[in-house]
Amino acid sequence: MDAIILQILNGLDKGSAYALIALGLTLIFGTLGVVNFAHGALFMIGAFCAVTLSRILTLSHTVIDETQKDFLGNPLKVDVPYIYDIFGQKTGDAIIDWAVPISILFAIPVMVGIGFAMERGLIKHFYKRPHADQILVTFGLAIVLQEVIKYFYGANPIPTPAPDAFRGSFDFGALLGFDPNTIIYPYWRLVYFAFSAVIIGAVFAFLQFTTFGMVVRAGMADRETVGLLGINIDKRFTIMFGIAAAVAGLAGVMYAPINSPNYHMGMDFLVLSFVVVVVGGMGSLSGAVLAGFLLGILESFASMAAVLEILPGINQIIIYLVAIIILLTRPRGLMGRKGVMEE
Amino acid sequence: MSKSNFTRRGLIKTGAVAGAAGLSLPTYLRADGHSGFTNAPTGDTVTLGFNVPQSGPYADEGADELRAFELAVEHLNGGGDGGMMQTFSSKALQGNGILGKKVEYVSGDTQTKSDAARASARSMIEKDGAIMITGGSSSGVAVAVQALCQEAGVIFMAGLTHSNDTTGKDKKANGFRHFFNSYMSGAALAPVLANQYGTDRKAYHLTADYNWGYTTQEAVQSSTEAMGWETVNAVLTPLTQTDFSSYIAPVLQSGADVLVLNHYGGNMVNSLTNAVQFGLRDKEVNGKKFEIVVPLYSELMARGAGANIKGIFGSQNWDWKLENQLGARYVGTNAFVQSFGEKYGFPPSQAAHTCYVQTLLYADAVERAGSFNPCAVVEALEGFEFDGMGNGPTLYRADDHQCFKDVVVVKGKENPENEYDLVEIVEVTPTEQVTYDPDHPQMAGGQLGECNPGA
Repeated sequence: MDAIILQILNGLDKGSAYALIALGLTLIFGTLGVVNFAHGALFMIGAFCAVTLSRILTLSHTVIDETQKDFLGNPLKVDVPYIYDIFGQKTGDAIIDWAVPISILFAIPVMVGIGFAMERGLIKHFYKRPHADQILVTFGLAIVLQEVIKYFYGANPIPTPAPDAFRGSFDFGALLGFDPNTIIYPYWRLVYFAFSAVIIGAVFAFLQFTTFGMVVRAGMADRETVGLLGINIDKRFTIMFGIAAAVAGLAGVMYAPINSPNYHMGMDFLVLSFVVVVVGGMGSLSGAVLAGFLLGILESFASMAAVLEILPGINQIIIYLVAIIILLTRPRGLMGRKGVMEE
Repeated sequence: MSKSNFTRRGLIKTGAVAGAAGLSLPTYLRADGHSGFTNAPTGDTVTLGFNVPQSGPYADEGADELRAFELAVEHLNGGGDGGMMQTFSSKALQGNGILGKKVEYVSGDTQTKSDAARASARSMIEKDGAIMITGGSSSGVAVAVQALCQEAGVIFMAGLTHSNDTTGKDKKANGFRHFFNSYMSGAALAPVLANQYGTDRKAYHLTADYNWGYTTQEAVQSSTEAMGWETVNAVLTPLTQTDFSSYIAPVLQSGADVLVLNHYGGNMVNSLTNAVQFGLRDKEVNGKKFEIVVPLYSELMARGAGANIKGIFGSQNWDWKLENQLGARYVGTNAFVQSFGEKYGFPPSQAAHTCYVQTLLYADAVERAGSFNPCAVVEALEGFEFDGMGNGPTLYRADDHQCFKDVVVVKGKENPENEYDLVEIVEVTPTEQVTYDPDHPQMAGGQLGECNPGA
């Protein structure tokens, strides 16, 4: 029982990341009709926003310390962050410690800007082209973005720790009456789950309860009629692209402490997120969220040692296996609507 | 591309040399009676092929390897301060290239993929006329490229490869490894672990699902079990895995009090980060503090893992602080750190060290053999004993072309002074303790075969 609870918890944070990325993918697909293979790269850039802000906060000037020697025997050069000069060491350290949460503020404008630039600069020109062209151009863009990040940040993962206050893990076992240490869960992953729940809630509320959201939903249902009513739907869809980029970016920022960011992390998530979108049903926002959590939890269960003993290798194929089963039994996915991507 | 092309090229080139040299035939022909060999150098230059990961997850390691190769070429051609050529026990190298021929090089990108690595090695051999291939940062790549070099008739001086298989079941006569291996890591680590954590421990292994992972787990498991440890579980994890939480979460439930991460590179950075996030290191199990062990890690990985590496035991082939901390037995270390540090501004990694040493060892073997013929080089390297390359007295064993030398046991430093000072040396395990029989069960299965000169 405790093992089952543990794997459900485990699946939640992975599911949160899948759900956030799939949500953005579905938003873009539902509004603009574009299959965006560069969405994983947006997630990756989000994580690198956290890296960049940590770097900015620790930007240093060198002081030569004559009392110490470096590895070649020369006087040691010590880096002193500028932030120490401004706020003093104690406050400076605290700000550096909280770099990841602070990055959220930094990432939103950056990601919205990147989203606008992507949509206006490139993707706009591919609206009337076949899906295959869109996939090729966005996939190419993803590779370019990945290489740009690698050029500036190198190929190795960059540690981006969560604030000290969130180090360690919470003992659910003790809370639920099991033995201590049987169900432990890192604090930061709980934060991640709560954070994604808030973001998902906010996106749904925005679409459901604002006039802007209502117009966008109307545009998703029937673009032509909304246009005939004199509403500039293109402009609104561009804004939606920016929002989708920001959602992926925020998912990436908060994910940085869970796995040290590297240039390839977007691709690792992209394929799975597409499976999530297809399983959830193309164009269905709630389907994307549901399938994200479902597949995250299933993946966790599949990597339990007890399961692997019975079905070796199941951890590597479970997601695709489930996708096949769902597509065979419900060809439009869990919550897919009729007419989406169907001629 | 079949072997016959190499043969034809070898024949034509050798024919040209023989013609130009008139009656005085090249030494290798007299020495061992081969009619020629692949890519015999004809002009006043010789080309070496450096096959390193320039893209993909190990690109930073590849970049450090390439820096070391460039430094080695500079030293071989008489530039710079000569580095380890001054401390190397063999004095055959004169700083005038190899056998008087200026050393040139080409580089290829392995992408840390076996097929890409073979393609780039093949291109360097066929198009650029490389007479020796070296480098790499993965055992999968090393085994694949070694087999290619054996077919092509060139020497392969392996870079960073740690799987037993490279000089075990997949060993080849044309291939040589200076780097240590999984067996040696296990043999060096187990006594230190027993000493630090006691002999009554229960270990849980997470193992990368490919040949290096298997041999490392096998080695560490058998060495620690011999010390009295029990292995409660061993789980294979996919190489592509990035989030290890679902593998880490059940560890505490299993009753284990030690987690062994048989992971390398990005895998290790992620699994260790996840394990620390789960608070494993703050837990007490079976009345003992929970511990994590990483059998092989590098400075570059330590940098990726950040503060999580503190206090974690592992093993290394070499460390840039060896000579300063443990004295003149490791002479050569400072000479190399000095010339590398002067040129690039930071200390070299163990990947850079092994690649630099391999290049010098190859050049020295050619000088001593008096020939570039791979078979003459093999003969010169087999059973070769040397010193002054930073690892203490070392033997290139004839039976499997594996170097035998001391192994460095390290620990993540608690209070690093700078970003290059992340590991501290715990102890050095003497060669005798890590030496094994050539037909040890962990190495069994392969044959060295005959050297192939390609012609």
